[in-house]
Amino acid sequence: MNRALESLAQLFGRAPRKPRKDEISPDAQKIYFYKKGEKVTKAQLVALHEDHHKNSKNKWRKRRWITLITINLLFVVSFSLDIQLLEGALTASRFVGFHMADLNSALQVMLAYKQALINLLIGIVTVFIMWFILGGRTFCSWVCPYHLLAEWTESVHLWLAQRGLAKNYTFHRGVRTVFYVIFALLAVLSGYTVFEFISPTGILSRAIIYGPTLALFWVVFLLLFETFLSRRAWCRYICPIGITYGIVGVFSPLRVSYDLTDCKHEGDCRSVCLVPHVLELTIKNRSTDIENGIGADCTRCGLCVDACPTNSLNFEFKGLTHKPQTQNKWLIPEALDTLEAKAQKSPGDKETKDD
Amino acid sequence: MTESNHDSLEPLVSQEHKKSELKASELKEKSNKSRKTITRGPGRRAQEARRQFLRSIALTVGVTSVSLLGFIPLPGEAKRPRLRPPGAINEKNYLSSCIKCGQCVQVCPVNAVKLDDLTTGFGLGTAYIDAREQACDFSCDGLQCVLACPTGSLTHDLDYAKDTRMGFALLTKPKLCLAVAGKGFKGQARGPDYEGLLRYEEIDRWNPIALKNHPYDVEICDLCVQACPIEQRYKQCEQGKYPSGDQNQCPPKRAIGLELIEEKDGIKHMKPVVYDGCVGCGVCEMICPAEQAAIVVDYNTLTKMPLSEQYQKKSGGHS
Repeated sequence: MNRALESLAQLFGRAPRKPRKDEISPDAQKIYFYKKGEKVTKAQLVALHEDHHKNSKNKWRKRRWITLITINLLFVVSFSLDIQLLEGALTASRFVGFHMADLNSALQVMLAYKQALINLLIGIVTVFIMWFILGGRTFCSWVCPYHLLAEWTESVHLWLAQRGLAKNYTFHRGVRTVFYVIFALLAVLSGYTVFEFISPTGILSRAIIYGPTLALFWVVFLLLFETFLSRRAWCRYICPIGITYGIVGVFSPLRVSYDLTDCKHEGDCRSVCLVPHVLELTIKNRSTDIENGIGADCTRCGLCVDACPTNSLNFEFKGLTHKPQTQNKWLIPEALDTLEAKAQKSPGDKETKDD
Repeated sequence: MTESNHDSLEPLVSQEHKKSELKASELKEKSNKSRKTITRGPGRRAQEARRQFLRSIALTVGVTSVSLLGFIPLPGEAKRPRLRPPGAINEKNYLSSCIKCGQCVQVCPVNAVKLDDLTTGFGLGTAYIDAREQACDFSCDGLQCVLACPTGSLTHDLDYAKDTRMGFALLTKPKLCLAVAGKGFKGQARGPDYEGLLRYEEIDRWNPIALKNHPYDVEICDLCVQACPIEQRYKQCEQGKYPSGDQNQCPPKRAIGLELIEEKDGIKHMKPVVYDGCVGCGVCEMICPAEQAAIVVDYNTLTKMPLSEQYQKKSGGHS
């Protein structure tokens, strides 16, 4: 429960904190202790990194992009061929006749209209159950068309930033919660679904299905802002859809899980992540257990899973995926002995690289 | 571009890291002598946090302001009369409740329903019908758009064409009306380039055809009366042939008819007269062969009425 509250607090903008030593489980403490004995040199890290990316083919990213494009094309095909497969747009639709409603759009409508019809409720319940199982913000990275465009412009941003041609101004993450409250209040007070006026998700989804509109200029503006001034600003600091689905996914069984054992704490995962604060537990001495679920703000995009050179980050479905427990080399007595010996040989060895 | 993502990231991160280290060391060197004042005054971190806070406020104000622009639809758009699909509740509630999914667009057999753009402010993504371009001819019979609507923006309280009230037809430009001028009409109602569709039950009950493929030849132009979906149903019911075999489809009142009118100066001429049964579908506006439609569907007066009245047929004819 505490963990869920912490994960919610981070979703709303609180920075992850360092755990006190007594909060770290004995097993995890052991691993940290023995990791001190095993010094990782920069050359080793580079080799590990290169070796991993020689074979890695961005497996999850490919799957995700295919899924995202397929879902959005299903809408297009359903309309253009007039088949009742996936009608409507991302804000509300029917999947083979069954109502689906985007939770955030539905919420805005209910706040503005102050009524909810049965069809909308059916749609809400269906979609709630779906994303509860599949992981809340999974919507963002696996369905939202803006996410894909933003991902592409993000790589442009990084390329430019490396050459000093773009800046990455950051904002306080709590500002997204402020936006959430503002848009809710505006909907209630004005009676208009104010957020839908600027939601790039809705604008893009409709443009893809029904043809381009002038509203696309707003989307282009946002993408340019992200490219030159602030990396992934919309998704990180503004979009209330992320918070809505984040809340839905707090107890979701599908998530990315982190295993401390082999982690080199080099931070490859954090550098590719849309929401790096959820991965701060991969910093040395931050995770309290050997196995940890990643928080609700995680979009389950799988970039970190692809990036991790030691396979310490993996998708997990609670109750379905079962990881063999025996492979934990740190906790095998013989290995411990040799490491203890090593550690005693070099007692002054301190790792200060990460925090 | 994407393959090099990971490789390009690391140097970037380390570069940033170095930079901040460098800055930190510079700062240290500078402030070595006056260390005490530095610890008391705002540190680099606090300063950055303050900047970030101010930036966040600017972002909040900026984005919120943009979202409020929705209150100001472009002047031209605000004045443009806007037919909503059948069953649309009053304009304010319609804008509140529409989830902007376009399912009504998808089910319309004549593609009459379209979605509004940014220029209409909060109307962005909501459904409208431009009758002159393509009117709703009720060729679906079952009000598919109403059935498709997930939020009740199109009220589910009505089942038949006769129950709707999208607007009310008005002969706003009688001088343009061919019937008033005593003229007939021969040819394609809207010319060879017009793409609009209309269902002709006698040709194909299920598939609407292009208006240009159905030329007319009448001695006195009565296209608006001929094409009126309500009039057609009314006549069918009079003959005992219920539309779709359903007696409930029968309109209780006529919608439009050509009448011989005597003006004050004693000149007699034919004139389309709109009756109570008009539901405002806009087919008359669409088919009117005059350069500009002589008859249009009035919408603005309607939206000021509450929903209950909107769907109550008012007594007293309009013309």
